[in-house]
Amino acid sequence: MRANYNVELASGLFLLLGIAALVWLATSATNLGNAIGNDVYRITGLFTNIGDLKPRAPVKVGGVTVGEVEDIKLDMQTFEAHVTMKIARRYSELPNDTSAAILTSGVLGDRYIGLEPGGSPDVLQEGDEILITQSAIVIEQLVGKYLFNTSGQGDEG
Amino acid sequence: MNASHFLSRLTDPIAAIGRCGQFLLRMIAGIRPGNRLAISSLQQTYLVGARSLVIIMICGFFVGMVLALQSVNALQSFGAEDQASLLVGKSLFRELGPVLTALLFAGRAGTAVTAEIGLMRATSQIDAMELMAIDPVHRIALPRFLAGLISMPLLAGMFNAMAILGSVVFAIGVIGLDPGIFWGKLQNSITFQEDFLQGVLKSVVFGSLVSLVAVYYGYTSKPTGAGVGTATTNTIVVSSVLVLIFDFILTSFFA
Repeated sequence: MRANYNVELASGLFLLLGIAALVWLATSATNLGNAIGNDVYRITGLFTNIGDLKPRAPVKVGGVTVGEVEDIKLDMQTFEAHVTMKIARRYSELPNDTSAAILTSGVLGDRYIGLEPGGSPDVLQEGDEILITQSAIVIEQLVGKYLFNTSGQGDEG
Repeated sequence: MNASHFLSRLTDPIAAIGRCGQFLLRMIAGIRPGNRLAISSLQQTYLVGARSLVIIMICGFFVGMVLALQSVNALQSFGAEDQASLLVGKSLFRELGPVLTALLFAGRAGTAVTAEIGLMRATSQIDAMELMAIDPVHRIALPRFLAGLISMPLLAGMFNAMAILGSVVFAIGVIGLDPGIFWGKLQNSITFQEDFLQGVLKSVVFGSLVSLVAVYYGYTSKPTGAGVGTATTNTIVVSSVLVLIFDFILTSFFA
């Protein structure tokens, strides 16, 4: 009876340890720890070009993550990318003339959306659209423009 | 005669898969949820799970350290050692954690289960049970199978946790990387939905594979000393090969 109890104790301890390890891994070694939670509101924006922005990319204000990209669709009227963002409810005081730009963290880093708050006294509500947007900078297009511009100058001169 | 012999060499593995599947179905059909099954599964969890814990934790710690060492060495040559935790985390969660745990688990627990059931077969305990109208598949194989199924994800979790700890100890303590960058990069680049859950799913699949192979070979072993030895060898060979094959299948399924 005593030995049996010890076996039960050891296997119970093993189960608890294993579950604790999984929970620790999930919360402190994955992005679950910095998830924004369920208390969110959604805003949208139309971008001419989103580069390689992906769902779950962070949305930042002044470098601080306030939300994430929830969904990216193609708007069939304007043929622009229609991006839906979830913003944590505790950052609900963003002015409604906030502008959005798709930026890159570091030279080769991931894309994220940077929000630049404006000065309007009214705040963004659930489902509002950001009207001032700036597309992603695509290196290939920049290089193309640069080559085209210099050759154009050469022709004139 | 010769042709049919050659043909049976080809069809034998397929027949083995069929017998294994039949055995699995017999086990699943034998599930009657109740106290006895829960208690015997828990006891087996101690034998296959808790007893494998120490070897899993030691191996995990050293795998984490060597991963940190190798990735920092490789990344330093182009000044990207800040990305070391990404490399450590992705390779651990997606591949090394579940696969190495499954291989260790097959070596530590799978062989023990096969040898135990094989010895029961060799000493006619299984025949005695059948005579007493007790279903040995349900009474002996099923708790061990369930215990393996429960233990593998937990063991893989312990392996990963120890490996992360090992890499932290080595990268931050010995090499001197910045702890904030190391942890931050880890948390930002490892996704719960993809990396973590994919690893857990893999370890569940591997756990059921290794346990099924172990109980099947034990149950079908020849009732001799040499038969038990062959069955034990078969368990480790077949389950290692199956784990690596299924690892590729699962990974290509997700990618």
